[in-house]
Amino acid sequence: MSDILLSAKGLTKRFGGLAAVNDVSLDLRRGRIHAVIGPNGAGKSTLTNLLSGDITPTSGHITLGGKDVTGWSPEQMSLAGLGRSYQKTNIFLPFTVWENVRLASQSRVGQAPWSPLSWLSDTRNVAIKSIAINDRATRTIELSGLQNKRNAIAGTISHGEQRQLEIAMTLATEPQVLMLDEPLAGMGVAEAEAMVGLLLRVKKDHAMLLVEHDMDAVFALADHLTVMVNGQVIASGTPADIRADAKVQAAYLGEEHA
Amino acid sequence: MRHFDRLSENGSSPMSTAKSNLEILPRSIQVVLCLGLIALVAFPFVGTDFYTQMVTRMMILAIFAMSLDLLQGVTGLVSLGHAAYFGLAGYALAFLTPQGAPVSLWWTLPAAMLGAGLAALVIGFLVVRTHGIYFIMVTMAFAQMVFFLFFDNKVLGGSDGLYINFKPDASLFGWTPFAWWDLDNKATLYYVTLILMLMVYAFLRRLLWSPFGRALAGIRVNEHRMRAMGFSTFGYKLTAFTLAGSLAGLAGYLWGAQSGYMNPELMGFHMSAHAIMMVILGGMGNFAGAIVGAFAFEYVLHLFKDLPTLGSVNLGKHWQLWMGSFIVLVVVFAPRGLLGLVERFSKKSEDAPHE
Repeated sequence: MSDILLSAKGLTKRFGGLAAVNDVSLDLRRGRIHAVIGPNGAGKSTLTNLLSGDITPTSGHITLGGKDVTGWSPEQMSLAGLGRSYQKTNIFLPFTVWENVRLASQSRVGQAPWSPLSWLSDTRNVAIKSIAINDRATRTIELSGLQNKRNAIAGTISHGEQRQLEIAMTLATEPQVLMLDEPLAGMGVAEAEAMVGLLLRVKKDHAMLLVEHDMDAVFALADHLTVMVNGQVIASGTPADIRADAKVQAAYLGEEHA
Repeated sequence: MRHFDRLSENGSSPMSTAKSNLEILPRSIQVVLCLGLIALVAFPFVGTDFYTQMVTRMMILAIFAMSLDLLQGVTGLVSLGHAAYFGLAGYALAFLTPQGAPVSLWWTLPAAMLGAGLAALVIGFLVVRTHGIYFIMVTMAFAQMVFFLFFDNKVLGGSDGLYINFKPDASLFGWTPFAWWDLDNKATLYYVTLILMLMVYAFLRRLLWSPFGRALAGIRVNEHRMRAMGFSTFGYKLTAFTLAGSLAGLAGYLWGAQSGYMNPELMGFHMSAHAIMMVILGGMGNFAGAIVGAFAFEYVLHLFKDLPTLGSVNLGKHWQLWMGSFIVLVVVFAPRGLLGLVERFSKKSEDAPHE
């Protein structure tokens, strides 16, 4: 039980009369990749936004590291150890790749905006705090294979590289729980392979939630699958269970794996 | 419901485009700035008292514009009520100066800046929660409240304003080290203002590259992602708002000291709007642009006000019309302000030989 890092119980989100997410429960465990799949409009993104604190649930509870974190803001969730990436690339386009990752890393040292020291300090290695920030940023950039693009403006690198940067920024906040919303979206074959490799490299230290449309990648990566349709979980289990599930085949896999 | 605005468009506010600021000043601009500094240092030796006072006023407005640039250019918060903090500090000096004697500079300046900062802290606590157009409206609303508070109250000077009969006393416990150690001396006030302007510039440039400054820039570009990465952006924005208010207070204090007179117009809508135009005119987000913009704005303003009367049309009287057209032209042809223009031309001339 202690390896459950994030747990959602009976999570429901209503927008007016529509239940975008209806009574969803799931557990994320360290070293495991938990994939959530489902057709468009199934409520996957709403679920991610609920878990990250971007929206508050109508009912249900979320615990992170054993603490009830229901209703926490995104920044509180992040500081409590949850890192998320976005389906639509959500980076700092005018900044360099380095600055994108460095800024993410900066969030992990004690933040004190009101302290004059933080106004007059330096982001280069001359400040003690900056050394830790920059080391972490360097490590993350190397881990995600962006060394060559370190000084490129984020808005000018390729889509695949922006996706890598998206993940790198999430990793630079040293999360326990990693939630990735369609990390492979719009990627070429080689780029997708590199991304799958990266996810496997960081898997052992994180509990991972993966929302993804690429079924080959999902079945290659996931230890556990949850299938959502119309806001509800229709099946949950190992990849083998899901493949064999008649309801899933009818509702979802049938469309793509026909 | 409070979450929806954050989710739209990946949280990037419509006020801030993805376009980068000219944060790093290229060599060409550095050269221009150095020449400008030399000219400023030399000016009182060649200019008359009238022009020395005029340039002093430009430098005071440059401090005011820089303080706004911290919000507008760096953090992406367009405040349409920044003059309130400028005016409050000037009024603070007016209230602290007794009828028949000067008051010491050494405690009234910090007190006025602290007061303006405190007002910004209280108002900021309420306004930095809002985004985009709402932020503009709410900052303006609070500034109008401050304006009418002074405008309608005889005790606070009313619509006539207040006179500051004596310049602040700069002596150190009654001791003046030099004969010119006196703010009544126009050249002294000029150099004090110049030094303060340079100090504010150095401070803000340092801040721009600090972890705090980088976080503010991150908030301008993508506040949504900043929060997702664990930045409590409220604290950053409130701190920036307070600092900006306090620095605007420095400018307002100097204005009151120089002109010897404060009236409600100085914290009104026009004053706030002028500051925004100065920052846009010079180029946002690097503070040098704010200085250049303040000088250019004041210069052009006097140019337009001095226009002659042609036939039955008094051109100078309608200076706002010319000023409006001028700003529109600058925004269209130099979207990154006058400094952006300098950069573009210097780049062109650098590239030319290689073509």
